[in-house]
Amino acid sequence: VIEGTYGLGRVAFDEEIAAWDVDVLPDGRGLPEGRGDVFTGEEVFVDKCASCHGDFAEGVGNWPVLAGGFDTLANRDPVKTVGSYWPYLSTAWDYINRSMPFGEAGTLTPDETYAIVAYLLYSNNMVDDDFELSHENFTEVEMYNADGFVVDDRPELEYAEWRTEPCMENCKESVEITMRATFLDVTPDEDVEAA
Amino acid sequence: MDEIFKPSRRTFLRGSAAIAAGTVAGQAVAQDGPDPKITELQDWASYTGVGVDETPYGLPISFESDVVRRNVEWLTASPISSINFTPIHALDGTITPQGCAFERHHSGAIELSKDDYRLMINGLVDRPLIFTYADLERLPRENHVYFCECAANTGMEWAGAQLNGAQFTHGMIHNMEYTGVPLRTLLREAGLDAAGDLADKWVYVEGADASSNGRSIPMEKALDDVLVAFKANGEALRMEHGYPVRLVVPGWEGNMWVKWLRRVQVTDMAVGSREETSKYTDVYENGIARKWTWVMDAKSVITSPSPQMPITHGQGPLVISGLAWSGHGQITRVDVSKDGGITWETARLGKQGDTKALTRFYLDTDWDGSPMLLQSRAIDETGYVQPTKDQLREKRGENAVYHNNCIQTWFVNEEGVAENVEVS
Repeated sequence: VIEGTYGLGRVAFDEEIAAWDVDVLPDGRGLPEGRGDVFTGEEVFVDKCASCHGDFAEGVGNWPVLAGGFDTLANRDPVKTVGSYWPYLSTAWDYINRSMPFGEAGTLTPDETYAIVAYLLYSNNMVDDDFELSHENFTEVEMYNADGFVVDDRPELEYAEWRTEPCMENCKESVEITMRATFLDVTPDEDVEAA
Repeated sequence: MDEIFKPSRRTFLRGSAAIAAGTVAGQAVAQDGPDPKITELQDWASYTGVGVDETPYGLPISFESDVVRRNVEWLTASPISSINFTPIHALDGTITPQGCAFERHHSGAIELSKDDYRLMINGLVDRPLIFTYADLERLPRENHVYFCECAANTGMEWAGAQLNGAQFTHGMIHNMEYTGVPLRTLLREAGLDAAGDLADKWVYVEGADASSNGRSIPMEKALDDVLVAFKANGEALRMEHGYPVRLVVPGWEGNMWVKWLRRVQVTDMAVGSREETSKYTDVYENGIARKWTWVMDAKSVITSPSPQMPITHGQGPLVISGLAWSGHGQITRVDVSKDGGITWETARLGKQGDTKALTRFYLDTDWDGSPMLLQSRAIDETGYVQPTKDQLREKRGENAVYHNNCIQTWFVNEEGVAENVEVS
């Protein structure tokens, strides 16, 4: 037992770490060797992804839209896609490789994942149709919204202002109802559900 | 109050039904004659009840069948990656019964036995380790009560008053007493010398399920109060809450409370996983998004009266009851307004607030039958005062999705029927 420890657990084998530690960092660390082009990606996507995400990654029904939505983030209803919103390509590779297709996660080969990600870049008009993505050129891809994020700034912008003794009396002159949930009427009906 | 405050026909009908039911439950008022519930021999006072061998593990009595989780189908594309809601309107005190505590999965609730369970600690550690469930039970334990609030709780309400009930507007939350091992204990077993300066290090945590729900947590938090928990409210975690092991991240958004925890990796940068880029980032009005908005700010809601809990007893004594909580520490005070925020009274805390845990408050009042615009306003130990929705929208716009800790308003009419509204 090493001093200061309880000596519990056992040392992990390299094979075990390789099996579970598959995350990919924004700088590309963690990517396995491999490659895939847009054409291959389209075939794989149509076969394994399009039933939910649409042939062009445009989304089916309520399922996530993966392409388009550029310059909508300041709109009333922003369209947040891999192209318009995601800051890192590593996230797309990592998430698809690990957790997609929904219901059959972990079944893609590295080359299939490279190809799907290449097709998503193409669907977002970020590469040409002859583009091939590989572990070698992966970090050269520039993401549209890479600079679209700031670290939580509530402490400066909100906390300072809202840590004050609040009003207790005569806090406003009048009060009016401006919006009502019953007008929308989208709440599940309890009487029906309880029955 | 005038015409515009009249409830819709649908609400009125529901409220009337509730009032009718309320008279059955009965308040003690002058009767025409002796009460047969007293003067006539009742079955339960004569025959026997069920034996102790009837129910090895019990469920609530049938009369409480409405105190259940509910879901809202239109919110998500699939019930497998979805949310349901704790019936906070009907609960009291602070501890959430596990059986009706909300669920949020990204690839469903998985069945993982203690025998099959493995936990890996790897990355920038001296010795990457594998723990079995039995190993975890041999490490020194702690007990703590904490709230777990989904980052999206109240998220549907950003643009207006939408769902009619505290369960739906505020029910992505539960509060349990956890038993577990501090994450720092496990990290020390693996050794952190290899990590060097810990100030710029992270842990990446992921679950055993298909979604993995990977999140990055700064080392300072990981070494502070994060728990690797295996018991909640005295018993094993429920399957849907991460059995047999979940992460407890006090005060921080529920998404980071990784269930079915299988791996903790020490890294030199945030992974930038899907759940901290595409999701759980908060878009401002100008299109820029906040990332790493981990803490859940001070918040409260009146659970009764509320749309699912109309006043059925008429005028007179009324208990206004609710919950308050803050990811920054203890709740020190809750104010309640009955007139939409013109005047406030300080409520009574059920007991002193635990840090980063649900706190119950009460305002014992006398209702004269007038319409009310009920609000509650939480204040935490840092002096932070829960903001109005307008204050939040002024800072963030309406597209943040997450972290809506606004003051909630319930309009209660002369009938005692309550409705989710926004006020000026």
